[in-house]
Amino acid sequence: MTEMNLVQAINSGLRGAMHEDENVLVMGEDVGRLGGVFRVTQGLHEEFGPDRVLDTPLSETGILGTAIGMALYGLRPVSEIQFADFIYPGFDQLVNEAAKYRYRTAGEFHVPMVVRTPYGGGIRGGQYHSQSPEALFIHTAGLKVVCPSNPYDAKGLLIQAIRDEDPVIFFEPKRAYRAVKMDVPEVPYALPLGEAKVVRPGEHLTCVAWGAMLYEAFAAAEEVAKRGIDVEVIDLRTLWPVDVDSVVTSAKKTGRVVIVHEAPRTCGFGGELVAQIAERAFLHLEAPPVRVTGWDTPFPLTHEREYLPLAHRIVPALLETARY
Amino acid sequence: MHVIREDGSLDPQFDPGLLIDQVVALYKAMVRTRIVDDRLEKIQRQGRIPFHVGSLGEEAAIIGVAAALGDRDWIVPCYREVGALLWRGYPLQRYIDHMYGNVGDPLRGRQMPDHTFSRAHRYLSVSAPIGTQIPHAVGLAMAAKKRGLDECVGVFFGDGATSSNDFHAALNFAGVYQAPVLFLCRNNGYAISLPTDQQTAVATMAEKADAYQIPADRVDGNDVLAVWRAVREGVRRAADGGGPTFIELMTYRLGGHSTSDDPRIYRTGEEVDARRKSDPLTRLRKHIERRDVWNDELDDEWREICDAEVRQCVRRAEEKPAAELREMFVDVYAEQPWHLREQEAQCVNGPRAGSEENDS
Repeated sequence: MTEMNLVQAINSGLRGAMHEDENVLVMGEDVGRLGGVFRVTQGLHEEFGPDRVLDTPLSETGILGTAIGMALYGLRPVSEIQFADFIYPGFDQLVNEAAKYRYRTAGEFHVPMVVRTPYGGGIRGGQYHSQSPEALFIHTAGLKVVCPSNPYDAKGLLIQAIRDEDPVIFFEPKRAYRAVKMDVPEVPYALPLGEAKVVRPGEHLTCVAWGAMLYEAFAAAEEVAKRGIDVEVIDLRTLWPVDVDSVVTSAKKTGRVVIVHEAPRTCGFGGELVAQIAERAFLHLEAPPVRVTGWDTPFPLTHEREYLPLAHRIVPALLETARY
Repeated sequence: MHVIREDGSLDPQFDPGLLIDQVVALYKAMVRTRIVDDRLEKIQRQGRIPFHVGSLGEEAAIIGVAAALGDRDWIVPCYREVGALLWRGYPLQRYIDHMYGNVGDPLRGRQMPDHTFSRAHRYLSVSAPIGTQIPHAVGLAMAAKKRGLDECVGVFFGDGATSSNDFHAALNFAGVYQAPVLFLCRNNGYAISLPTDQQTAVATMAEKADAYQIPADRVDGNDVLAVWRAVREGVRRAADGGGPTFIELMTYRLGGHSTSDDPRIYRTGEEVDARRKSDPLTRLRKHIERRDVWNDELDDEWREICDAEVRQCVRRAEEKPAAELREMFVDVYAEQPWHLREQEAQCVNGPRAGSEENDS
């Protein structure tokens, strides 16, 4: 065990996967000699060479399109899109190509690729370095979507995503990149996709979150605990296919649900979670499920702390839902 | 570059030296492709299949490529190249079954007609969005190179695709990584209705390759031997570690873009008639007749064989039931997740829409 932050744990996961399987390669803008703008791929270029760590030209379409071709022919590319905000030029390649290749060839071809991308706000990045576009990919049949919150989960989920036979979009909470440290095994290990984790058991209310907002949900739960409200906090970890059983089991137990995400509210993933809960646990509910989310505006700069669903907004939502 | 002269003789300077049997095989494949196209267009007009995108007039640019590539080389299709797949021995019945979306359709009725693929024939899958397959071909070639395989990749696209961002990204990557890939631009004069001179301000598509330091050739795409020669040179360059090649195949789409198109709106009958004179089949036939290995009798006989074959495939395809409903929920992921299990059960056990004739 070594104490690692998220950046170090993801780096360790990449290194482990590359040692395990020579078909794994890393590609993206500035991922080689620079080690990535967040240094997530630091040292890999020196260790594995330019044939396995590709400093690519500046084209998301090119990165994702060629990665698909590589994945079709036995390689396991792990592409980095420098910021999730920059993924859209390659969106068509993900939505129309990677996601549909297995289906449109009845399984004769498939695309085992991972797209890593830092997402989310709170780093003073304004509207093009702060976005959380997970719902766009969750909405796309054929893609899996993962969003770890902590170093241990990030390493294990990344290794599993690389081993997975389907394309995985791996959202990394950049706000938590260096803020969170914990003991992580140096050896490679995999955590299954599609399993949520109860990070704080509770009886009165369920709070669902993922990525960087998990910490805000947790802080809010601790705050309301002082007033005798016992919140169960669930870290989804995999957004799609989501662990609906864990969410619904908790919702049935507490009867009260608050969902937190930094993406805009309308058609955000919270809406789908509310629908799943309504369909499966309606008669157990004691209060309307509530979403605490980013606003339906482009991501701002000066007032980003008012945009984000930080603890100051989660606490009142928890209190109101508990008292409903 | 031309090889076949107007009188059917070959220009000795460019003659690639194919055996006459090989040349006849090319001709027969081109005829077969046209007869398949012709039959499919007719049955589409009769409402028996929903759609067809044919290759009328472009057969040389398709069959010539398929013949010149090695058996281990990959073909990444645009959508008009089923002739290349048939050249590689793909069963015609399977193709026609696909056109019908019946139980014999390898795509299980999940896609419009003419979205073929085959791993066994090293032929990737058709995607309707334009240009998206070009970076796949480059990635595939990069993977082949990384794995030390002596293979190259030929990727088809039209003149319109040279405006797409995928095209430029792909050429740029191929230049940087020296990927063993052949960019095969079928310049057939139109992107649906838009003529090439409105598609781009450059005079030739091949010039676009210059910007990426990719050697480019521009050949008569209606001259199957010229196509063969240019592709073989690209294959050799790739094998020698020389990286990518761009080949602009100058051809003309004698038919509509697809069965949904009406080309009379955007071009004159005179224009099309003038282009019929350089029909690739006529030209090649003139050559093999000049060599005394082909005549009217053989031609009629071969056309009858092809026509009977496709008619029989159509008959059999129409006897087969539609692809199964539950196939809609398979192959979205390697393993079916919970939500698709649920939705499959809801759909399969739910009310049926049935055919459109049932709609009131």
